[in-house]
Amino acid sequence: MTGAFSQGVISARRAGLSGRLSDLFWRRPQLLLILMLTPPLLWLGIIYVGSLLALLAQSFFAIDDFSGLVTYELTLDTYRQLLNPANLDIILRTLVMAVAVTVASAFIAFPIAYYAARYAKGRWKAFFYLGVMMPLWSSYLVKVYAWKLILAKEGILTWIFARLHLSSVLDSVLALPVIGGNSLSVSYIGTFLVFVYIWLPYMILPTQAALERVPKTLVEASGDLGATPRQTFFTVLLPLALPGLVAGSIFTFSLTLGDYIIPQIIGSSRLFIGQAVYAQQGTAGNVPLAAAFSVVPIVIMGVYLAIAKRMGAFDAL
Amino acid sequence: MTAAVSFSGVSRHFGKVQAVDRVDLVVEPGEFFAMLGPSGSGKTTCLRLIAGFEQPDSGHIEIFGETAEGVPPYRRNVNTVFQDYALFPHFSILDNVAYGLMVKGIGKAERHRQAEEALALVKLPDYGARKPGQLSGGQRQRVALARALVNRPRVLLLDEPLGALDLKLRESMQEELKSLQRSLGITFIFVTHDQGEALSMADRVAVFNKGRIVQAGTPQEIYNRPKTRFVADFVGSSNVIDPDAMRYFGGEARCASLRPEAISLVRDGGVRAHVRSAAFLGAATRLGVTAGDVSLSVMLPAGQPVPEQGTEVGLTWAPGDVHYMDDAA
Repeated sequence: MTGAFSQGVISARRAGLSGRLSDLFWRRPQLLLILMLTPPLLWLGIIYVGSLLALLAQSFFAIDDFSGLVTYELTLDTYRQLLNPANLDIILRTLVMAVAVTVASAFIAFPIAYYAARYAKGRWKAFFYLGVMMPLWSSYLVKVYAWKLILAKEGILTWIFARLHLSSVLDSVLALPVIGGNSLSVSYIGTFLVFVYIWLPYMILPTQAALERVPKTLVEASGDLGATPRQTFFTVLLPLALPGLVAGSIFTFSLTLGDYIIPQIIGSSRLFIGQAVYAQQGTAGNVPLAAAFSVVPIVIMGVYLAIAKRMGAFDAL
Repeated sequence: MTAAVSFSGVSRHFGKVQAVDRVDLVVEPGEFFAMLGPSGSGKTTCLRLIAGFEQPDSGHIEIFGETAEGVPPYRRNVNTVFQDYALFPHFSILDNVAYGLMVKGIGKAERHRQAEEALALVKLPDYGARKPGQLSGGQRQRVALARALVNRPRVLLLDEPLGALDLKLRESMQEELKSLQRSLGITFIFVTHDQGEALSMADRVAVFNKGRIVQAGTPQEIYNRPKTRFVADFVGSSNVIDPDAMRYFGGEARCASLRPEAISLVRDGGVRAHVRSAAFLGAATRLGVTAGDVSLSVMLPAGQPVPEQGTEVGLTWAPGDVHYMDDAA
């Protein structure tokens, strides 16, 4: 009987440095934590947040109108410039687009996310992930230029409408004031469609993750207690999926606010915030105004999150 | 009198699995009815068929005389206490309990008053302001019960209601459920795999196996006169004796059950057996003995001397305690 226990209770330390390190980290777990967190925190703190703050600081300087050079004196002149009608127009246009893209993405994403969370199993689930993620793998520029061809006046969409004898429908949509245009590829509708297409995965995935965490029995319990499917949706499913929808909307909203390529390639030639930043820091050489423009999305996101929190979007977290 | 719930020839399959196979069932109004069986025996599917979460492939279901097929859960005056309680995490306890009244459009003051009453009924007054996450398992289960009862259902369905509770809590909840059912007069149908729970709480028990009801009757009938070997095996800890062994013991050559407490020990004579193990249970001691190559368990009341392992003892029982069963299945 004793043979089986001849080894003793405590085994010897593993040989070498790795054995000694294992023992050290076991005794001092904080040490391991510090070692793991320092590099990413340095990266985030200095390279990312630091440069962002440096940029934002620029917005409190102003450019000298005669020399075109930045005067390094604290002033709110640049913000005064930001609020002139032409620039406000840019901000408003971008904001409306971001809201429209976010709302449309949420409406399209919810049913897909719900199906994936509730019904898709095994192979279908893999298919879902592949279908949602695959567009993210190909180059963003390729996709945007592909859309330009699709939406062009000579493009496939016009051709399909013509074949279905629905050209009049397309024409009347394009005849709409403001959002219409000569063809889809030079209208706000086109910009909107491409934004929705490009950012949709960022809405679907968090929504699906949130719905995945809602047990099926909650939906059953709601019906059991007499709630119609409509009531179940509004009182149980939607509130519990809201954190996911908000997370998704943070992506779609902020990505739309900051993008400068899509509106440049597809849409009317009017500027969006991203393009304004690009133009101001480049050709116009007005870095303070570019910095002030880039403050706008940050402020808008802050306000948006505060409203979402007040509405209880994060209560179910 | 109309039955509370009646099944005639009800079947339900999932893919190739026949979950419920031609079940006939009648539950009387005001009855405490237990559906007992191992997991996968079809008892939970039967419960879900009554709740309306599942629809039968064939057969007919009536609830208080009204056809139930094709009627969605939200139009059935039947409520369920779920195994995982299924409380809404984003609502307070009071709003959870008031949920059924809210979706029916009852005003806030009135539904909160009724919810308070229901919480008092399950002995959880003053808990209304909390969230489900702040309650213990036992408390959550009471909330689930209150949330169902506040709708005054004709039939209350309970899916393994006590499964997640510890022993002490389970015993006190058993008594509470029973007295609640008596005072409210609502038909309770509950699903369990715990035979002790089924026998102690229910007026009648249906034993399920492989999608069918093997035997239905009062707990006494099920316990004392199991119809098949499966029932004898599953319900209680009866000794199930093969035909060959029965003949060896001097009985008929048929499958039989013999309850451990019906066997007594004698020094001389009887069926000779050796003591293999002894487990002290408090009120009794359970002996494992072997007679020839047959293993039996014997319940020895407290106070009797417990024989040592390996000693030879004699076993006797009254012929009337041997219960012969129809089939060996």
